[in-house]
Amino acid sequence: MHGVLGWWVPVTSVDIRSPGPAAGGGRPPAVEVRGLTKHYGDLVAVKEIDFSVAQGEVFAFLGPNGAGKSTTIKMLCTLAHPTSGRAVVAGYDVVSRAKAVRRHIGLVFQEQTLDDQLTAEENLRFHAVLYGVPHDQVDQRITKVMDLVALSDRRKDLVSTYSGGMARRLEIARGMLHTPRVLFLDEPTIGLDPQTRALMWEDVLRLRQEEGVTIFLTTHYMDEAEYADRIAIIDHGTIVALDTPDALKALVGADTVALETADDDAALASLKRAGYTAERTEGGLTAFVADQEAAVGPLVAAVGVPVRTVRAHRPTLDDVFLHFTGREIREQHADAIPMFARAHGARRH
Amino acid sequence: MTTLSTAGPTTPAIPPAPATAPPTPDTRLSQEIRVAGMVWERELIRYTRNRTRIASGLMQPVLFLFVLGYGMSGLVGSTGGFNFRQFVFPGVVAMSVVMTAMFSAISIVWDREFGFLREMLVAPVSRMALVLGKTAGGATVAAAQGTIMLVLAPLVGVRLTPLLVVEVIGLELLMAVAMTTFGVFVASRIQKMEAFQVVMQMLLMPMLFLSGALFPLNNLPKWLSVITRLNPLTYAVAPLRQVVFAAQNMTPAAQARFAAGVTVFGHTLPIMADVAIVVVFALVFFGLAVRGLSRTE
Repeated sequence: MHGVLGWWVPVTSVDIRSPGPAAGGGRPPAVEVRGLTKHYGDLVAVKEIDFSVAQGEVFAFLGPNGAGKSTTIKMLCTLAHPTSGRAVVAGYDVVSRAKAVRRHIGLVFQEQTLDDQLTAEENLRFHAVLYGVPHDQVDQRITKVMDLVALSDRRKDLVSTYSGGMARRLEIARGMLHTPRVLFLDEPTIGLDPQTRALMWEDVLRLRQEEGVTIFLTTHYMDEAEYADRIAIIDHGTIVALDTPDALKALVGADTVALETADDDAALASLKRAGYTAERTEGGLTAFVADQEAAVGPLVAAVGVPVRTVRAHRPTLDDVFLHFTGREIREQHADAIPMFARAHGARRH
Repeated sequence: MTTLSTAGPTTPAIPPAPATAPPTPDTRLSQEIRVAGMVWERELIRYTRNRTRIASGLMQPVLFLFVLGYGMSGLVGSTGGFNFRQFVFPGVVAMSVVMTAMFSAISIVWDREFGFLREMLVAPVSRMALVLGKTAGGATVAAAQGTIMLVLAPLVGVRLTPLLVVEVIGLELLMAVAMTTFGVFVASRIQKMEAFQVVMQMLLMPMLFLSGALFPLNNLPKWLSVITRLNPLTYAVAPLRQVVFAAQNMTPAAQARFAAGVTVFGHTLPIMADVAIVVVFALVFFGLAVRGLSRTE
């Protein structure tokens, strides 16, 4: 799904200071950040970060807890005051035009912010009034956003009867009610099961398609960052990498196929004769290929000796994260381990 | 998945025009009023939806009216046909108003705990509109609760006239507004649910007991007399009792024994003076409540 994304940014670009995908038909970026810094006393939570997000882009901030994700999102949403630097969101400065920013952004927080003694519709109506949606458009917008998150049949139900996943989707619908230019999602899928998480992502991508909204999210889930058009990896308050998921993975290394054969030396020689780049590794040999899935068949055929095991590997965002931060993100997140079990098991060590 | 991504960023939809019009001073004011109205409506929805709250809100005053009323009547006796139940009735009405208003205002602590306060505070609206709506909502609900109490009047021998009902509702609203602003201010300072019980025990109960709701404020020992006069609630309870008593046929002896008004330095304050004190109290705490909420986010 990321093949089309070269439109946004040259895949080879790794210059995080570049203005980013500003080429979007001359439209101003949805988020523009220059030298943004936040100190809490002696602690530097965010240190001179720069980036910009194009209108309609899905942009993920990936990093461990305490990396500065939440602080950044708070500054962009005008809930925290930057120590220095500048941020323009939806065309308004977050410091001098805070109220204008708030009118043009949608917010979904980590923790639930619904009134569960009201119905879904009442919650949305309340929000519509808070954000000044004109009277004659309120009903129409409520119908639209409830449809977008597929909760129309639960419109008149009390929120207390909703499951956690439904409540989260209702919050996303509510965040979209006043037609914001940017929708901020702070760790949107925390505490949700994988199926609900997938449903939520369908909602988010549908919103982007139908309403042209820019999605800015923070996450520490790798597989979630995969949905983003571009990912900024933040660590110790600075952006250490920023690009499309594919470009980031390409930076870390090529696809590899690891083989164990009856005679590894002979196999290596055969592969080199056949034009492959390969080397002996512990317990076998490793070939470097352009596309591991397509390469396995021809590779095994070219080896010329019986093959005992084959393990193909494509760099994952885990590898990317490890590469840029020097540690694995899941080490800090015991709660996140189960969902990485699949990816983890598939990895070669 | 595939269908979604193919229509991805290469063909981004033109974003619809923002639904919000650029605010002019005029639309901004009507917007603030609309917000206050919505917050008010939410209070009403939550109140009417919670039957147990209505019932439990009536329980305590009813207990005071009948149990304390009959219990004390034997001890106090009657003067000119006027007894303690009749005396305590306006106080019990006031008590139900005060407790409902305080409970309503302090639900902000719940809103904080369950996150809804955040939804309100991050919205591009003024804190004043939020506090105004909350105050109006709490006052409406509390006055309603107090007015429900009026159906018990005939059971304890208190005569109601249409004018009296109107006067009582007006005074209930004033008392409720004052207590709601006070409650919102207190709630804005409370970060934890546990503190809520403490506040109710340490603040509300003493205020109620020292307000003259349950006993006459004349002939008290000096120290108690001073404390009751410092209690703002005293000036909210007294007018209510004065208008109720004015509609009863009380002998001068009964009037002297069951004093309705507050005496300060030997002078009985007129109703309007009491009302003015309560209005000032409400205004001060309205301002403090707006400030208290502004600090929050």
